[in-house]
Amino acid sequence: MGDVTIRTTADATPPADIDMSADLAGVVFADPVFTASGCAAAGRELAPYNDLTAIGGVVTKSIQLQPRSGRPTPRMAETSSGMLNSIGLQGPGIEAFLERDLAWLADSDVRAVVSIAGSSVEDYAKLAARLRGQPVSMIEVNISCPNVEDRGQVFACDAGASAAVISAVRRTAPSGVPVFAKLSPDVTDIVEIAQACVSAGANGLSLINTTLGIVIDTTSMRPALAGITGGLSGPAIRPLALRCVWQVHAALPEVPLMGIGGIRTGLDALEFVLAGASAVQVGTVIFNDPSAPARISRELRSALAERGIERLADVVGLAHRPPVPSVPEEPDPVGDELPEPAHPRHVSFEEASP
Amino acid sequence: MAVTQAKGPVQVRGEVFSVKQVGDYLAMTVVASGIAEQTRPGQFVAVAVSGDDGSMLLRRAFSIYQVADRGVYGGTVEFVFAVHGKGTAWLARRRAHDPIDVVGPLGRPFKLPAQPAHCVLVGGGYGAAPLFMLADALRKRGCRVDFVLGAANADRLFGALDAKRMAASVAFTTDDGSYGEQGRVSDVLPEVIERTRADVVYACGPMPMLAAVQRVAGEAYAGAGIPVYAAVEESMACGVGVCMTCVLPVVGDDGQTRMLRSCVDGPVFAGDRIRWDALGTVPDDAVGAAAMKVH
Repeated sequence: MGDVTIRTTADATPPADIDMSADLAGVVFADPVFTASGCAAAGRELAPYNDLTAIGGVVTKSIQLQPRSGRPTPRMAETSSGMLNSIGLQGPGIEAFLERDLAWLADSDVRAVVSIAGSSVEDYAKLAARLRGQPVSMIEVNISCPNVEDRGQVFACDAGASAAVISAVRRTAPSGVPVFAKLSPDVTDIVEIAQACVSAGANGLSLINTTLGIVIDTTSMRPALAGITGGLSGPAIRPLALRCVWQVHAALPEVPLMGIGGIRTGLDALEFVLAGASAVQVGTVIFNDPSAPARISRELRSALAERGIERLADVVGLAHRPPVPSVPEEPDPVGDELPEPAHPRHVSFEEASP
Repeated sequence: MAVTQAKGPVQVRGEVFSVKQVGDYLAMTVVASGIAEQTRPGQFVAVAVSGDDGSMLLRRAFSIYQVADRGVYGGTVEFVFAVHGKGTAWLARRRAHDPIDVVGPLGRPFKLPAQPAHCVLVGGGYGAAPLFMLADALRKRGCRVDFVLGAANADRLFGALDAKRMAASVAFTTDDGSYGEQGRVSDVLPEVIERTRADVVYACGPMPMLAAVQRVAGEAYAGAGIPVYAAVEESMACGVGVCMTCVLPVVGDDGQTRMLRSCVDGPVFAGDRIRWDALGTVPDDAVGAAAMKVH
């Protein structure tokens, strides 16, 4: 990050002149706003509300090798400024996805980030291999899935399991296509998982996935979701997501990050950029406002313009700089000269005789 | 006012035209140019609640009751709702000129018969709302229209006057007998089908009612059965096809059961394609159910 002069709004840059581009491990996207996995299907349904060629791209709903029916309903419960979901990764399987969904994205000139998910390291490796020669700008690895080879333990909650998936994916994935690991916040030390993924070959990190929650229906007096637990998302988790981005950027400042979690406005997106994200994904807000991806991109551009910032990349991680002192510091005392004591000085008094 | 003829659903930041009490329900009319002009019977709108910075993120889906061209105001869309929770309570507090964000028209409309046919329209509670636009469209095609309207009580019957004005006959049922026959719509439906020599049944209302309508229509004419088109009510988060929460098991042309989204694949389905006995579950023979056994 270079030196940045924050100017006043008086000499703001016209929005059209802002460089919004995001360099994600060598692949440059003209815009830093993406749709988050699981919140945009494979893009097509959002085309009536957004020019999808004008945003960074679509991160597709996590795809697996085989078709999946998903879980029984109810799959969703609204919460304060958020929602809980337990869909179960319903999807058509990789072959139908390539033929129908990815082809549509390519035909429509929409940049595709393909999210893959599996139940074993081998599943992930096969999926990554199947993406060779496909119109894929990036691969995002959804590691928040149970590992059937380890009693259903979630890959993302264990540094070793996360690393095993990422190194297998990096080995079989098309070269030149960045591999991003999507991290779960439900861990003791997210920096440890982040480091393990990067050491295993991840070119960048997406954070965060949803955090586990439960809602209880007070009429039926049972959990509201058929799956009992679900992933909590939406503005309610934004500070948690920002904290994760902050910690990971502080530990791994050279690693490109995609910031995800409760972004609803351009200013929310700017917070993630300032915390260290090179790009952002918007998810749950799409359910509220299907035109949110294009709107947030516009709002972010205006927010940069108002602050006189000409290049988005210049302010990635800017919030980590030391605070600017509000008053000039006093020079240190020099030599043997004692500083003039401050007034009033402490004065002691003798006991008065009776 | 020039209106661009958009193709497909649009998001309109419109304003409330009016909110009226209708029996136990509320009817809200919103100025939403671009939606009204495109609406076909059975389609719905998804309405954002609690404002741009509000804490309720999920859109509420409502069948479109009627649309109108109000000249200088542009097109308006009217939908009917009951106050069930915080979101509908917020809607009930809106007043004329309040801003409101509406997406529509959404979903697949009712299929209309190609030739004049005898049609029975069955509605439960305010679920009957989309049937009146349908009745209009059917009558324009020279169809005979008969109504069966049911509800828990007289105050929860919706559209009785509309039905009487439009239909050759109307049968009413209430659970408590406060209006019409005491009982359910499915109790009187066999007689109505027979009397009107019905060719098709259109239905909208709660899921158990729709299941009962399908059962009755499937047994009509000594078991020969007549087709049912049912507009389902599944809870939705987005209404536009991206959240995957409003799914139900539906049999396709290939005989395979799939978990389809009621927002984009419905809300209107052929009644004999819905796995009524398996609602709320994923049948073992559904496409992709096997993969769920792994995790």
